[in-house]
Amino acid sequence: MLSGLVDGIFSGISLGSVLLLAALGLAIVFGLMGVINMAHGELIMLGAYTTFLVQNALKNTPLFGIYIFVALIAAFIVTAIFGLILERGVIRHLYGRPLETLLATWGVSLILQQFVRSVSWQLVAIVAVFCVLFFGAMTIVARRTDFERIRGWFLAVMLPLSAVSAIAVGNVLGATYKLAFTKEWFGARNVDVTAPRWLRGGLPVAGTQFSYARIFIIVLTIACVVGVYWFLNNTPWGLRIRSVTQNRTMSACLGIPTKKVDALTFALGSGLAGLAGCAVSLLGSVGPNTGQNYIVDTFMVVVVGGVGKLAGSILAALAIGTANYLIGSNTLVDLTAPIQPLSDVFAFFSTISMAKVLVFALIIAFLQFRPGGLFPQKGRTVDA
Amino acid sequence: MSYENATLEPMRADTASPMLEVDDLNVYYGESHILRGVNMSVFPGKMVCLIGRNGVGKTTMLKTLMGILKPRSGNIKLDGKSIIARTTDQRARLGIGYVPQGREVIPRLTIKENLILGLEALPERPKHLEIPDEIFELFPVLKTMLSRMGGDLSGGQQQQLAIARALMGRPRLLVLDEPTEGIQPSIILEIEAAVRRIIETTGISVLLVEQHLHFVRQADWYYAMQKGSMVASGSTSQLSNDVIQQFLAV
Ligand SMILES: Nc1ncnc2c1ncn2[C@@H]1O[C@H](COP(=O)(O)OP(=O)(O)OP(=O)(O)O)[C@@H](O)[C@H]1O
Ligand SMILES: [Mg+2]
Repeated sequence: MLSGLVDGIFSGISLGSVLLLAALGLAIVFGLMGVINMAHGELIMLGAYTTFLVQNALKNTPLFGIYIFVALIAAFIVTAIFGLILERGVIRHLYGRPLETLLATWGVSLILQQFVRSVSWQLVAIVAVFCVLFFGAMTIVARRTDFERIRGWFLAVMLPLSAVSAIAVGNVLGATYKLAFTKEWFGARNVDVTAPRWLRGGLPVAGTQFSYARIFIIVLTIACVVGVYWFLNNTPWGLRIRSVTQNRTMSACLGIPTKKVDALTFALGSGLAGLAGCAVSLLGSVGPNTGQNYIVDTFMVVVVGGVGKLAGSILAALAIGTANYLIGSNTLVDLTAPIQPLSDVFAFFSTISMAKVLVFALIIAFLQFRPGGLFPQKGRTVDA
Repeated sequence: MSYENATLEPMRADTASPMLEVDDLNVYYGESHILRGVNMSVFPGKMVCLIGRNGVGKTTMLKTLMGILKPRSGNIKLDGKSIIARTTDQRARLGIGYVPQGREVIPRLTIKENLILGLEALPERPKHLEIPDEIFELFPVLKTMLSRMGGDLSGGQQQQLAIARALMGRPRLLVLDEPTEGIQPSIILEIEAAVRRIIETTGISVLLVEQHLHFVRQADWYYAMQKGSMVASGSTSQLSNDVIQQFLAV
């Protein structure tokens, strides 16, 4: 029975680690720009899919043993670039408008979900041709000084032109190469990542087993938290990020390029989501909805921890992860078996979705007492 | 905007061309017209003081100069080149050091980090992030508390930090918005002396918004503002009691 509890806590902590990894990126971005990125969950999903792709690419090569490290780097880079595109293309235009940002990023999250369902070489070719035509033309035309004046005209001509040519090219290629070209990469079904051999199995502890994959996730999270902390506190860009987070206008007056800081921070936050995705892929199968499963808990971690507080996020992530796991698995039911009524209550909540209900109820109750989260901002900062 | 007032003469300094030129600036907050056709200029190595009662638009003028507010019309030139299309951080890197009203020290950064951030305005970030001794000679109080949080300093200390921070970027034009507001007399004298020494040793221009007559008299030239327009200007040596009565809250 004790071993069940130990096992539950351990699994809960590893789940909390994933949440923390995801929340870290979200919290940094929210602290800096006040932007709630609803597509953060989909960035996690992209990280997980990147892991899957790297695994497939390195199968049957000597590198397979360490593919997970390659995948971590790849996931970070892919999602960071994606975050950068998202910031430059969408969010930048919506600063100071939280509601629109919420809607726009939600839209992006839906697009991304559909994208992984239907991505094929054909789709990639269409998007690539479109980008080359449209942005290529834009760069060439923008060299002319009066681009602002002819902007409307340019969009009206180039947008349909590029779209039609891209689709035509895609269809021609599709007709030539047939299924190899039009077949979806992943489809709507979930895909599975198999951990490398050294991550299978587990460490025997107190009559139970700590799976190596979960230990790996915990270590990865610790490394990321330490790394982010170090980056923010010991590098020039970290100092700039902290400065802009606290006083954007004055930071600009000092000469800090705030737009670059925004873009960099968003890329960093998105990259962390990619790492979280890598971790998620080790816990179970990966599907287009994977991001949705994590995003709400991740938001909760940010809220409960208190915005902009690393220590708060850590505690909140561990608490929410553990609570979710303990309530959702049967651990507490067994544990409270001697007290029949309590045990019945826990039995009622002991499915994953019901556990979420109970955890939310607890969070709402908690926020009644501490609306600012575990570690609210205090001191002169607030009125400064 | 026409100059109905005969006392409004543009600043003329020898033969040099102005370092800062503000030309017919119109600024709005929403629909309320705050700055109405403001003209002014600051010449190299000169200290210019902008005076006027509360709420006439002095801070608005400086914020527009920094690019925090966008003017609806008008032009601002630094060394003859228009900076109206430049972003705030670009203007800082062009050599405008800004000490805002309310000081705006970054609260959860240490004094040292606040000072280091002043280096951001330099065109190239130096390899060694050191705080030059001149800063501590001007403001000795800062030296003893480099690791304290900016937000934990007293108002007077924050003011000194804000000026020191602006100086770290070696500006060509130092812009000060009411640096003595809410500060005890002895510290006011220290700040005055520091500003005077900065001008003597570095030869930079200063644009100052100020209410204290004593400090205003340190300047070479004054501009007086009323309801968003410049209504008087002249050499501070000829600052008449009339003008003082009308534009300074003494
Ligand atoms: N954010 C704002 N929104 C709307 N109106 C504003 C805003 N800030 C200032 N104002 C108005 O603009 C006018 C000029 O304000 P400004 O801060 O420039 O005055 P000031 O001359 O600096 O006064 P003080 O000596 O009190 O600092 C005031 O009437 C003020 O009410
Ligand atoms: Mg003011």
